[in-house]
Amino acid sequence: MNIHEYQGKALFRDAGIAVQEGVHCTSLDQALAAYDNLGSKVVAVKSQIHAGGRGKGTLFNVDSGDLVMEGGVKIAFSRDEVENYASNILGHRLVTKQTGAAGKVVSNLYIEAGCDIAHEYYLAILVDREQRMPLIMASTEGGMDIEDVAKNTPEAIHRVHVDLTNGLTEGQANDLGKSLGLSGAALESFTELVQGLFELFVAKDCSMIEINPLVRTKTDGMVALDAKVSFDDNAIFRHPDIAELRDLSEEEATEVRAKKAGLSYVKLDGNIGCLVNGAGLAMATMDVIKLYGGEPANFLDVGGGADEEQVKTAFSIILEDPAVKGILVNIFGGIMRCDIIARGVIGASQALGLEDPLVVRLVGTNFEEGRRILAGSSLNIHSVETLSEGAAKIVELVGGGN
Amino acid sequence: MAIWIAEDAKVLVQGITGNQGTFHATRMVEYGTDIVGGVTPGKGGQTADLDGVEVPVWDTMQEAIEATRADASVIYVPPRFAAAAIIEAADAFNAVKGSGVIVCITEGIPTLDMVRATGHVAAIDGVRLIGPNCPGIITPGEQGGSKIGIMPGHIHAKGRIGVVSKSGTLTYEAVDQTMSIGEGQTTCIGIGGDPVNGTGFIDCLSAFEADPDTAAVVMIGEIGGSAEEEAAEWVAANMSKPVVGFVAGMTAPPGKRMGHAGAIISGGKGTAAEKVAAMEAAGIHCAKDPSEIGAVLLDALKAAGLR
Repeated sequence: MNIHEYQGKALFRDAGIAVQEGVHCTSLDQALAAYDNLGSKVVAVKSQIHAGGRGKGTLFNVDSGDLVMEGGVKIAFSRDEVENYASNILGHRLVTKQTGAAGKVVSNLYIEAGCDIAHEYYLAILVDREQRMPLIMASTEGGMDIEDVAKNTPEAIHRVHVDLTNGLTEGQANDLGKSLGLSGAALESFTELVQGLFELFVAKDCSMIEINPLVRTKTDGMVALDAKVSFDDNAIFRHPDIAELRDLSEEEATEVRAKKAGLSYVKLDGNIGCLVNGAGLAMATMDVIKLYGGEPANFLDVGGGADEEQVKTAFSIILEDPAVKGILVNIFGGIMRCDIIARGVIGASQALGLEDPLVVRLVGTNFEEGRRILAGSSLNIHSVETLSEGAAKIVELVGGGN
Repeated sequence: MAIWIAEDAKVLVQGITGNQGTFHATRMVEYGTDIVGGVTPGKGGQTADLDGVEVPVWDTMQEAIEATRADASVIYVPPRFAAAAIIEAADAFNAVKGSGVIVCITEGIPTLDMVRATGHVAAIDGVRLIGPNCPGIITPGEQGGSKIGIMPGHIHAKGRIGVVSKSGTLTYEAVDQTMSIGEGQTTCIGIGGDPVNGTGFIDCLSAFEADPDTAAVVMIGEIGGSAEEEAAEWVAANMSKPVVGFVAGMTAPPGKRMGHAGAIISGGKGTAAEKVAAMEAAGIHCAKDPSEIGAVLLDALKAAGLR
């Protein structure tokens, strides 16, 4: 689960991690009042969306599609500039390299006091899957894309693995600061900050905290100018305070609805809907559709124990996407019985008045019975035996993909 | 021979009185797995009815292992208690017999819980964790065999192919593909789709390499992390037996979690294309379509003079 920068900074503030004064706003009036109250002549006007690359993003008018402004994060030197930037951001569509072409409409703004920057750094905490340990990464190349730094100057990235039983020791934090070339008051400030941040990471079951940039001020303090915080979905149950920070408007509505129904759904750009049991097989089904020249419209895993009702919900979710021109059902019946799936497919097609071509591949437990049920229905269902056959068939029926 | 789990392994079920525990314990007994009992705190002294087969229930793993000398346990407890169940099992196997295999089926365990649990298990020699968020491990026998998990037993047959996979149903697909060319399996292991898990690809590959009954291995990966790349490197340096591979998620968009908690391309890393490239460079024969795994395996067996 992701949260906005302003929410991340509130968590930082509570954890004693230095951030600039700032105000969350949803209107132009609030933005101007925030500027007046902050008492800082220079402020940052920052779009709040759940995607990176905001600074280099572009804002467009939602209706006309016209370009409104380059850059979703602006430094304002006057009240007039705040007014100009805030009105160019709020209610407009921000497209960044992480949002895709559709972008995100910005309805939240963060007005933050300016900062005297001596140097920008990068700092992140995540879980290293292969080492099975939390990993802290820091670099002197702040403000830059960490992937670019990793590619071009990997030696500029410093890493510390942390054993959860001991936590991050002062010595480890201090060494990391020294590797960034910090000393004196700045080193002391860094050590304290990174220790606090690691405690926050563990206490709130974060999956990632990224600060880019973390800055050293001209008075040698370390301040988090950015806050990208995400949480482990599997651990949200023990953090009701974090669950409240969820902004559903930032998530794909259909994906949220699918999740509530116990289905795992991700919308894609193609026209062939997929209904599959198991995440790996669902991905493989998309891949094979593509291999046969088609384009998958979605990833959908109905899980291990889906019943007739869930199959119906899955169909209705797939069909919400107007681009869908046909559906491929791919079920390897293990615990799930193919005869139950076959009845579910027929029930759903009838209830939803499905007119698009439907190809069904059933294999595994009770597949003979399942295929017999499909063959006996009056519906136009193409029953196939292998995934390749199914993919080839559905691609042919929708007219060779896009 | 097989790896880690013998055909006649004695198995305990943690969470045996829960819905999932009872359901799957019954399916395991049907297959032929020697289920020697189970554990549910507070229900010690009762028995669990697995469709007419009564097995004893203990309060703790320590008592259960002392009474049964079990070789393995399988965990069906809810996510919030699963890491504690893993740690309890590891300590009990270690204290009573110094060895044991723990198979955790549970999906949805918090990542930091798994960091703690895998750290705990790794410090104990002789105890192995498989999973979590996996279908389990199965060693088919001539008659029945040992199925520890949720996979459909009837699709398997005893043979000479080892199977290791991050995914559940895709493992069944791979098994089905080996059967389509008349090959059975030594052992099939689902290592799970979570970002942090116990046994990994390399553990399985090295055990299959050492197992005299395994002739070739099918390895199924998916997007996320770099376990496939590391396994490929290991294969290039150490593996003499043919390895056939498939990686799911060629069409997965970056930054989106594809069902499994660990199946995500982040920061441009963990793509299927990278994994396939690394595997092919290591001499692993990769199928582009799971329906072709059988054909690719057959070619690899022929090339190695095994068919």
